[in-house]
Amino acid sequence: MAKPQLPQVKPPSIDNLLQANKGLTAVIKKEISDHISGKRFLILVALVVIACLASLYIAATAIRDAGTDNFAFLKMFTVAGSKLPFSFTAFVSFLGPLIGLIMGFDAISGERDRGTLSHVLSQPIYRDALINGKFIAGVAVLAMVIFGLGLVTGALGILIFGVPPTLSEFLRIITFLLLSVVYISFWLALSLLFSIVFRQTTTSALAGIALWLFFSLFAMFLVGMIADAIFPVTDNSPASQIIKNARLNQWLGRLCPNYLYDEATVTLMNPSVRALGVVTLEQILGAIEAPLTYGQSLLLIWPHVVGLIAATLICFAIAYYLFMRQEIRA
Amino acid sequence: MAKAAQDYLVTTKGLTKHYGTLVAVDNLNLKVKKGTIFGLLGPNGAGKTTTILMLLGLTEPTAGQALIDGCDPTREPLKVKARTGYLPDNVGFYQDMTGWENLYYTAELNGLPQDVAKERIAWAVERVGLADAINRKVGEYSRGMRQRLGIADLLVKDPPLIIMDEPTLGIDPEGVRELLALIKTLAREDGRTILLSSHLLHQVQEICDEVGIFVRGKMIACGTVDDLGRQLVQGKRFSLEIEAEPLDEGLLNLCRSQRGVVELQQAGTRLTLLCSEDIRPQLTKEIVAAGYKLLHLTLRGYSLDEIYRRYFTKEEGKNGQAATATSKAAQH
Ligand SMILES: Nc1ncnc2c1ncn2[C@@H]1O[C@H](COP(=O)(O)OP(=O)(O)OP(=O)(O)O)[C@@H](O)[C@H]1O
Ligand SMILES: [Mg+2]
Repeated sequence: MAKPQLPQVKPPSIDNLLQANKGLTAVIKKEISDHISGKRFLILVALVVIACLASLYIAATAIRDAGTDNFAFLKMFTVAGSKLPFSFTAFVSFLGPLIGLIMGFDAISGERDRGTLSHVLSQPIYRDALINGKFIAGVAVLAMVIFGLGLVTGALGILIFGVPPTLSEFLRIITFLLLSVVYISFWLALSLLFSIVFRQTTTSALAGIALWLFFSLFAMFLVGMIADAIFPVTDNSPASQIIKNARLNQWLGRLCPNYLYDEATVTLMNPSVRALGVVTLEQILGAIEAPLTYGQSLLLIWPHVVGLIAATLICFAIAYYLFMRQEIRA
Repeated sequence: MAKAAQDYLVTTKGLTKHYGTLVAVDNLNLKVKKGTIFGLLGPNGAGKTTTILMLLGLTEPTAGQALIDGCDPTREPLKVKARTGYLPDNVGFYQDMTGWENLYYTAELNGLPQDVAKERIAWAVERVGLADAINRKVGEYSRGMRQRLGIADLLVKDPPLIIMDEPTLGIDPEGVRELLALIKTLAREDGRTILLSSHLLHQVQEICDEVGIFVRGKMIACGTVDDLGRQLVQGKRFSLEIEAEPLDEGLLNLCRSQRGVVELQQAGTRLTLLCSEDIRPQLTKEIVAAGYKLLHLTLRGYSLDEIYRRYFTKEEGKNGQAATATSKAAQH
C-alpha cells in the first residue's frame, strides 16, 4: 500500500549525543579519581618528584656558587650537579615515559581481566567513549603532575636566587612543561594501544617497558651503526662524508620520540642553541652571536612538537580502530 | 505487520557467527515476545554466550541480523544498549570501589541525574537485599552478593529488556531459589522481557515461558516447556512413575486394569506404567478410593531434563537428521 520510500538516514538525535557525552564525562571523572587515589601512581609520582627536586636543588646551588649568569633560571633545569649526574630535563626525559606507561598499560586489558569491560560497554555509551575518556583523564592527570612540578620548581628557584625569572625564561619553562605533557602523552597512547592489543596485562606492561628501554638505551646506538654502515667515516674521510654521516644520524634519530623530545628540550631550554644538527663553518661565520628569542626557538622546535603530536595521534588511531572492532567477551 | 513486529522485543534473522572454521552460532532465528521470560538452554560451548554478545553488539555477526525493539545493535548501538540490561556470566565490578560507588558509576554512564540516581540505587539495593553491605568494597563481596549487586545494577538502569548469562552459576540452592523468584517478579510485576541462558534446566524450567534448545550453534527446538514435551512424546508411550503404600498385588492389579496401560514395571518401591495416554486424573482417583496412600506420581517425558536429554541423544546419534525434523515440528 505505502509508497516505496527512500531509506532515510537519521542524524543522531540531540538526546543521544548528550547522553553519550554524559557517559564520556562519567568515564573521565572515574578515571581521574582512580589515578589519583591509586597507590601505584602515587609511588611513581613520588619517585619523579623526589628525583627532579633533588636534581634541581643540586643544580641550583652549583649555579649560585659559580656566580650569577644569563638564564640562570633555565640552567637550573639543564645543568647536572657533581653529586647527581642527571639534570632535571634528563630525568623527565628518562622517567616521563615510565609514568605514561604505568598509567596506561592495563587500561583495557585490566578491565577485561576483571570482567568490567563488558559491563561498561553494555551501558549506553559509544565504545570509543571508554578509550577517549581514559586517554583524556590520563592526559589531564599528567598535566596536573607536570605543571605542579613546574610550580614547585619555580618557587624553589625564586627562593634560591631571590629574583623571579624573566618573561622569556618563564615562557620557555611553560613551553617545556607543555612539551613534556605531549611527550608523556605519546607513551600513554602507546601503552593504551598495548593494553588493547595484548590480552594479558603482564604482556602489555612488558611490551611497553621493552620499547621504552629500547628507545632510551639502544636506539641511538643502532642509529649510529646504520649511519656508519651507509656513510663510513674514518680519520681521513672528506668533510662531506662526515657531514652526510651526521645528517643521516640526525634524521634517523628523529624517528625516535625521545630524540625528538631531547632535541626540542635542548633548543627550548638553552637559548644559545641556534640551529639543530650539523652546522658548517660558513653558516656560523655570518651569524651574530646572540641568544635566540623565545619566538625563534619556538619556530625551531615547531616540527618536533608536530611530530610528537602526530606520533601520539597515530598510536591512538590504531588503538581506536582495533578497539572498535574487538569482541568483548567478559 | 507493524503490530506483529511490536509484539516481539528480540528477533534474529539468520544470525550466524564463525570463528575461523568453527561455526559458533548457525543461522539462528529467534523471537522473544514482550513481557516473557525466554530461556536459552544448551550445554557448554553451544553458542549461548556468543548469541548474547551479538544481541548486545559486543561482537559482530558474520551474517544475519539481530533486532532489539527494532534496532540493529551494530548500527544503533546506543539505542540498543539504552534498552537492554546485561548481566554477564561472571559479572565484574571495580573491586576497590564500594557497591554503592559501582552502582553510581552505572547511573552516571546512563546519564541519570544525581537525585534520580541516588533514589534508584537506594530502591534497587533494598529490593535485592544488599542494604547492609552496600558501603563495603566489592572486593570483599561473596559471589552471591556480587550477583545480587549485578541485579541491583540492572534495576538502576531500569531497562525493558534484561539479558542474563548463566545467572544461577555458582549460587547455592537457596540463593538460586531467591534469585529465580526475583527474576520472575522482574518479568511478571514490572513487565520486563527477560532472556536468560543456562545449562541447568530444572532450575530455570519453572520460570521460563519459552525455551530454545541449543546444541552446537543450532537451535534444535523452541517453544513452551509443555509443547516441547508433547512433541517429544507424540506417537510414543507416556511413562508414569508411581509410588504408593501399601505395595501389594491389589495395587498392581488396579494399575494393570487401567485403560491404555500397556506395560507395568517394578523397580524397588517404584512402579513405572507405560501407557498410550495420560491417565493421571482417573488413576489418582482410583488409587485413593481403594484406600492406598499415593506418595509419588510423575509423568516422565514432560520434565525439561528429559526433553533435553532426549534431544541431545537424538542430535548426537542421528547426526542432525532428527534435529531438523524436530525443529520443523517446533515451528508449528
Ligand atoms: N574468541 C573465540 N575464538 C574462537 N572460538 C570461540 C571464541 N569464543 C567462543 N568460541 C567458540 O564458540 C563456541 C561457542 O561458545 P560460547 O561461549 O558461545 O558457548 P556457551 O554456550 O556460552 O557455553 P558455556 O555454557 O560454556 O558458557 C565454543 O565452541 C567456543 O569454543
Ligand atoms: Mg557462556
